[in-house]
Amino acid sequence: MNDGTPIGCRSAPVLRERGQHEVFCGLTAIVWLHRKMQDAFFLVVGSRTCAHLLQSAAGVMIFAEPRFGTAILEEGDLAGLKDANEELDREVARLLERRPDIRQLFLVGSCPSEVIKLDLARAAQRLTRVHAPHVRVLNYSGSGIETTFTQGEDACLAAMVPGLPATETSNLLLVGALPDVVEDQARVLLAGLGIDHVQVLPGRRADQDPAVGPHTRYALLQPFLGDTAAALDGRGATRIEAPFPFGEEGTTAWLRAVADAFGIDEATFARATDAPRARARRAVAAAAGTLSGKRVTFLPDSQLEIPLARFLARECGMEPVEIGTPYLHAGLMAPELDLLPTPVRLSEGQDVERQLDRLRADRPDLTVCGLGLANPLESEGLTTKWAIELVFTPVHFYEQAGDLAALFARPLRRKAILAGSFSLPVAGNTPGSGAEPRRAP
Amino acid sequence: MKLTVWTYEGPPHVGAMRVATGMEGLHYVLHAPQGDTYADLLFTMIERRGKRPPVTYTTFQARDLGADTATLFRDACLAAYDRFRPEALIVGASCTAELIQDDPGGLAERLGLPVPVIALELPSYSRKELFGTDETFYQLARTLAQPCGRTPEVSCNILGPTGLGFRHRDDVVEVTKLLDAMGIAVNVVAPMGSRPSDLARLGAAHFNVVLYPEHAETAARWLEREHGQPFTKTIPIGTRATRAFVEEVAGLAGIAPRLDTGDLRQPWWSASVDSTYLTGKRVFVFGDATHAMAAARVARDEMGFEVCGLGCYNREFARPLRALAKEMGVEATVTDDYLEVERAIAAAAPEMILGTQMERHIGKRLGIPCAVISAPVHVQDFPARHSPQMGVEGANVLFDTWVHPLVMGLEEHLLTMFREDFEFSDAAGPSHHGGHAPVAAGEGGSAPHPPEADSPRSISGHRKDAEPVWAAAAERELRKIPFFVRGKARRNTESFAAERGVAEITVDTLYEAKAHYAR
Repeated sequence: MNDGTPIGCRSAPVLRERGQHEVFCGLTAIVWLHRKMQDAFFLVVGSRTCAHLLQSAAGVMIFAEPRFGTAILEEGDLAGLKDANEELDREVARLLERRPDIRQLFLVGSCPSEVIKLDLARAAQRLTRVHAPHVRVLNYSGSGIETTFTQGEDACLAAMVPGLPATETSNLLLVGALPDVVEDQARVLLAGLGIDHVQVLPGRRADQDPAVGPHTRYALLQPFLGDTAAALDGRGATRIEAPFPFGEEGTTAWLRAVADAFGIDEATFARATDAPRARARRAVAAAAGTLSGKRVTFLPDSQLEIPLARFLARECGMEPVEIGTPYLHAGLMAPELDLLPTPVRLSEGQDVERQLDRLRADRPDLTVCGLGLANPLESEGLTTKWAIELVFTPVHFYEQAGDLAALFARPLRRKAILAGSFSLPVAGNTPGSGAEPRRAP
Repeated sequence: MKLTVWTYEGPPHVGAMRVATGMEGLHYVLHAPQGDTYADLLFTMIERRGKRPPVTYTTFQARDLGADTATLFRDACLAAYDRFRPEALIVGASCTAELIQDDPGGLAERLGLPVPVIALELPSYSRKELFGTDETFYQLARTLAQPCGRTPEVSCNILGPTGLGFRHRDDVVEVTKLLDAMGIAVNVVAPMGSRPSDLARLGAAHFNVVLYPEHAETAARWLEREHGQPFTKTIPIGTRATRAFVEEVAGLAGIAPRLDTGDLRQPWWSASVDSTYLTGKRVFVFGDATHAMAAARVARDEMGFEVCGLGCYNREFARPLRALAKEMGVEATVTDDYLEVERAIAAAAPEMILGTQMERHIGKRLGIPCAVISAPVHVQDFPARHSPQMGVEGANVLFDTWVHPLVMGLEEHLLTMFREDFEFSDAAGPSHHGGHAPVAAGEGGSAPHPPEADSPRSISGHRKDAEPVWAAAAERELRKIPFFVRGKARRNTESFAAERGVAEITVDTLYEAKAHYAR
């Protein structure tokens, strides 16, 4: 993908930090996974904190009768582990009785359940035997001690891989939970290339599980799927190496890599992609005016930071200052790093206080960060884009490229609109703001 | 284990965060894994604070488990002290750290920091958020309050307001006004608005005003014991309670009661003929015990409503709530399971709900108007405008807030006259608030009433009611009754029929029941 310009960060040094992480744990991924997998229920085995986290992260969604819940450990459960297994079996039985539509049940490990070494893997096997064939019970950990935010999806999908049916056919597997509308667009684009037998992990229902085998090729839709990729490799599948489908360039490069893997000719590729490429470029241009020349810093959150910074730099003319990521999977990220402008400061992990010191010294035009930091930084005069929206909003592929750029442009446009109304009362009323009260001559 | 989807309260360390975030110059070092920082956004988003909560998390990871976590904790303590230079430090463990038993208190004490270090014991697997606020504030008062003489003038402390408190900001303003009018000075407002150095002079006040017993009763009892300060028991929510509060305060201060009622509009608003239609409206009240009890009294005594249900989610205050429920002749609903609350509301078939954010959603689901009286609340209940619950202006606010969701009196009459009016059809809903308006085709948006399959009942099992059968004509007649009383009519008729062993409900049964239950 290297186009000869002086770019590329594959061998750039990475600042690795440990300290306070201002991030979500992997449990949060349940909030979107349960919507994608329509016959699945996610049962967290954890504490009141876990339940409160999901409630806070899910916002109003909690009231739409979500297919997730928390089996809250109580003092009695901590006393003896045998007890805890019986308790779990009882709660699961009650749940499945109430929700007969559930076909897949995920027992999701949390920090407390990991620390007391509650064996949820064995519990899942036991419960699968009890509730087979109607329900299959799987297990993964979304604990904060092991996973950060979107890694929860990775852990979930990786746990599904061993149970996928085997195949000897040559098929294409798309990996990552995307909004339905985006998934459908991807299928249409691939069909335009003549690639019809496309399956998606996760499927929308248990009976839509993709098959995997030695002739399976798979492409990642999301950058945070390292364990899932390793599990698929373990089943003999081959990964199609590509940048991630953000922006016109990212989408084209992603499709190009898939097309090459399936031997699609140049003319077919052009026929299928020319029109949507042009649309995407036009749509991005509308927002790029606001973004061009602006400096942007990403604080670690979702592992989407590097591909998004690449999109902002190359297609919107922004200048990345620091790109923080909770975890940097060098193998998966190599095609992205090749495209990143250099120099840029890459950081992995977090010591939030030190990172904020750097941020205050850099004073970028836009800071992409979590909701615990956004308002405090705004009140320091920095402009922020809260990062979680980038996971929940459709942002992949051509038709969303303009929306993606607009998500970053909106806070800057808003700041410009409000600039006039803010300065008046502050200058007049606030002591120490620098403006002396105006006196009559 | 207990399967939970919605919780009224967070874990106890969130309570400690609420105390720390309300204060200045205090820092909280919380031994906790990655991810527990989610609680920050409650303060930065819901309460819209422009500062990060003063909390440092150790963020231990799986690879640290073992001896390493204790070192992490010590390092985090030192770094937090160096960076923030607080006047005092509180330290504690979240639920996971409680399991690894690092003893934050002991570790922090051995660091020899030059400021008070207060260790919090917050049992995460048996207690909840409100215990966390109360215990944290108690430990702070106990450690920091110094022996000191009384102020020369009559003064009091205001105890209880915290970060993320429902209308705490404005309640403090209102109560300060009440005290001002009597010439009583405010010594310290705590925890919200104070520094650790302010807590040192808690003992200088002549008495304490406890606004929220959930957050400050233990501290107030300790101050009564150790510093000889009596504290107020009346919560000044509503006109009557505000008067009673002023009298109680005057008694404690040894002065004549004085209440400036120049801006008090609620009693006249309530007495004016426009409010007659509120008489006997059946309300279900649920929230934290303090707000629920206060609201129930206001509903009955000042609005003329009939309280048809009363409950709270914090068991610590179940006893006084049960007593009040008994006095009002209703069953107390003491539970932290929202499904149980929903069942109780459905059974009581109220015309209005006064509750929390959760009851607002239950109300939406059941098609019953609702006003919010208690935490937990969402961002819209941290308003920009002055909006107290307490004192004179609080009474005004309560009147407006509670009446607003109801259909206005004249409309109610017209509705009864013209049942087929298209704008007031069932689909238009019982409220003026947009949430109930049916969405025009093509406008998009979701239906206001989720389908039955989406109801939380699907998680709680199916209700099995052996009910009498409705004859088609009776069912049609029932539908002519305005929707906001239809639920009650249906219920009354069914129990009337059941009591008499009537298997099929006819039009006659319907009207016999109506006559039977006539008030």
